Amino acid sequence: MTNIPILKERKKQIYHKGEGVFDLTCDTKSLAGSVSQRACVFCGSRVVLYPIADALHLIHGPIGCASYTWDIRGALSSGPELHRMSFSTDLRERDIIFGGEKKLYSLLVQLIDTYHPNAAFVYCTCIIGIIGDDVDSVCKRVTEEKGIPVLPVHSEGFKGTKKDGYKAACESLSMLVGTGSVEDIGRYAINIMGEFNIAGEAWTIKKYYENMGIEVVSVFTGDGRVENIKRSHGASLNVVQCSGSILRLAQIMEEKYGIPYIRVSYFGIEDMSKALYDVAAHFKDNIGIIKKTKEIVKNEIDAIYPDLLRYKKALSGKKAAIYVGGAFKAFSMIKALRSLGIDVVLAGSQTGNKDDYEVLRDMCDEGTVILDDANPLELSKYCIEKRADLFVGGVKERPIAYKLGIGFCDHNHERKISLAGYSGMINLAKEVYSSVLSPVWQFAPGKNDFLKQRNTEMMK
Amino acid sequence: MKTQEKIEYKATSNACKLCSPLGASFVFRGIERSIPLLHGSQGCSTYIRRYLISHFNEPVDIACSNFTEETAVFGGGANLKLAVENIIKQYNPKLIGIATTCLSETIGEDVPMILKGYNKKNFDENFPEIVSVSTPSFSGTHIDGFHSAVRAVVDSIAVKKKISAKQINIFPGMLSPADLRHLKEIVSDFSTDYVMLPDYSDTFAGPLWTEYQEIPEGGTKLKKIASMGDAVASIEFGRILAEEESAGKMLESRFNVPCHSLGLPIGINETDAFLKALETITGKPVPEKYIQERGRLIDSYADGHKYVFEARAVVYGEEDLVTGLASFLSEIGIIPIICASGGESGLLRQKILDIIPDAEKIGIKIIEGADFVEINEEAKKIDPDFFIGNSKGYRIAREMKKPLIRVGFPIHDRLGGARIVHVGYRGAQQLFDIISNTIIATRQDTSPVGYTYM
Repeated sequence: MTNIPILKERKKQIYHKGEGVFDLTCDTKSLAGSVSQRACVFCGSRVVLYPIADALHLIHGPIGCASYTWDIRGALSSGPELHRMSFSTDLRERDIIFGGEKKLYSLLVQLIDTYHPNAAFVYCTCIIGIIGDDVDSVCKRVTEEKGIPVLPVHSEGFKGTKKDGYKAACESLSMLVGTGSVEDIGRYAINIMGEFNIAGEAWTIKKYYENMGIEVVSVFTGDGRVENIKRSHGASLNVVQCSGSILRLAQIMEEKYGIPYIRVSYFGIEDMSKALYDVAAHFKDNIGIIKKTKEIVKNEIDAIYPDLLRYKKALSGKKAAIYVGGAFKAFSMIKALRSLGIDVVLAGSQTGNKDDYEVLRDMCDEGTVILDDANPLELSKYCIEKRADLFVGGVKERPIAYKLGIGFCDHNHERKISLAGYSGMINLAKEVYSSVLSPVWQFAPGKNDFLKQRNTEMMK
Repeated sequence: MKTQEKIEYKATSNACKLCSPLGASFVFRGIERSIPLLHGSQGCSTYIRRYLISHFNEPVDIACSNFTEETAVFGGGANLKLAVENIIKQYNPKLIGIATTCLSETIGEDVPMILKGYNKKNFDENFPEIVSVSTPSFSGTHIDGFHSAVRAVVDSIAVKKKISAKQINIFPGMLSPADLRHLKEIVSDFSTDYVMLPDYSDTFAGPLWTEYQEIPEGGTKLKKIASMGDAVASIEFGRILAEEESAGKMLESRFNVPCHSLGLPIGINETDAFLKALETITGKPVPEKYIQERGRLIDSYADGHKYVFEARAVVYGEEDLVTGLASFLSEIGIIPIICASGGESGLLRQKILDIIPDAEKIGIKIIEGADFVEINEEAKKIDPDFFIGNSKGYRIAREMKKPLIRVGFPIHDRLGGARIVHVGYRGAQQLFDIISNTIIATRQDTSPVGYTYM
């Protein structure tokens, strides 16, 4: 045990499986002073829309929000790379006093003339509502003058949580959907949603579907293009990954266009295969699709299985902590790590909801700690107490793991290694293996019991 | 209002600056058992944490008062106090450094007012010191947030106890942890006591933990900060800062502590000025160790001078860093052909001209309030030999197929940003070797022969 304190208000967001009644509080604002790992509404919108590569992304506000999100994601594009630029209205004191509308209008026109985007997103940061800028009218005016969609994103940082930012992004995207031609779209056509093409992951997934005989109309937010989003209502199924981020759009499209959606995950062999089979099942009138799906799954698994076994042998019995943005990713990671012989002792997310945490509880072993909206102290405390050998998380969790002498696997949105699909499973195994079994941990100081035991094991 | 119509608006594209609360966070991190608290949205602290973590590869805990819609309407007092209480429970700090944000400033939050009566005296003695600083992101840049926070700390903590402390105050500015360590070594070698503020040499560059640390060990001791009014002198780095309100000047006017405003000690000329100031203040000669170090540095200048002479460099970053680098580059014969900064003090041009009087004649382009799109456009016109600055210039350098020498902050695409020494003869030695070898390597790599001698 450690003597790291847990705030009273935070105890309701922590559950030890097997202890007491499960009644985890979630879906709330972060506690002031807690040092949440979450960002804000703006962050939610920005990460979702970021990979639309031929759109202009203009951040309306003082400079910080634009600086901190410049080139922040590893979302690849096969063509234009306008999304990798950071544009800001860079509001100054004068603008705060007189309002930023004129500046916004003027910059939108200038930037559209310079970069010729196919659409523009205008992100409202914290102070925009407060200084009273009517961003909607400015966007409307520029849309009319420039002939491209200019969409406001109502992502004021303090107006909710990151999840509300996802919603705001979805609402903006929904204004594009349905404005393009759906001619030439066949019957067996899907949209890939909630896939961000980190390290080319969307390309891997798209190829599986195409090999199954399925047409992919739009990967909204992975190597995204405005034109494909406009015609995405021509698909007959929305395949949604990443629980929170894009579900709202799938729901809007179901209401408006009657397009059903299914939820999937592409991480780990089990979930990856299930995704392909679920999509095939939707098109069950086409026997060819199901047949091809079986072939693909078999071939892909056969190709990686020997390597996977080798890694499993090395990693069996290790313990992992998982703390990620969305709970759906945590589910997949638990399964994927299990297939490597690794037990999960801590699982948590920034944005999970009640249903998510029930699933998580059911999946986890006795004694596992489940956390909602955790902070660095809590993560450290349970990593030490549960004797984790591995942490799966993002940039902000990485140094915590290393300071404790624990291996780390980057599962964030700036990673450069593809972890989705079958090839991604091998990459994941390699990542975990090369961190957990590195000889450098032999030098981690061993005053702490936990570290001492680990280090002695390493020396053997 | 008619003047409003005439304003020519310009977008900031790929900014060469950050927002001011980031600079304040740097400072609060460099004080003993201190934790920064941003009065604003959750994203403010998380983005800044992520930005700092990616550079330092250290855990960086920055708390936030976490505005909600209600807070924005009714004021953030309750949230701010709740944050303070939760920080105390979790971190047991000695100091909480509160920095405002664009949000709290726009709704007109008056943090000192909110915190009135909310201090050690009215609670128990375990209640931490609270220092607040106004850092609206819509005015100035991160470096202004940095200096404002230093000033705020000195303003609320430093006193004059009239004990002749015989110590020197050092205000290093926003340097690397390795720089701070080196500065401390230099001052110590003059056998003199000192207070350096801030000092994140340990808190931003610590070893693996033997046990859990809520707040990393290190940082300027509060007691030492309190004694700054008793110092025999202050040394403050930054030729731009020299023209602005500063902590050093505050101590001078308030407690008659003479302030020596110097340029960042990058290169021989500026380091000489620093050591000379130490000689003057302490009455002790420069230790032999530095005379030797300086000698070896000049020897290497002689060995390498031909390779670097009249090479042209694009320099960018904070205005004081750019000024310091320009001084170093010009003393070894390199032309800092573009000197650019996102800062807008309006002083950069003059400061560069002070160092290189014929700057304009030799075609040096000075860009104030620059962003990377502008730097890119100017760089394309002049075909420079290399770029020198933080890692955010990488895309331009890559596009132009020119080497980038990484210095300053942030360095997000390499290890070891915290370990770069820029200052002193030692820093100049490292920079000189890297720069000359980069130029030599370029020649070697592009040569059809590929000689194995220089």
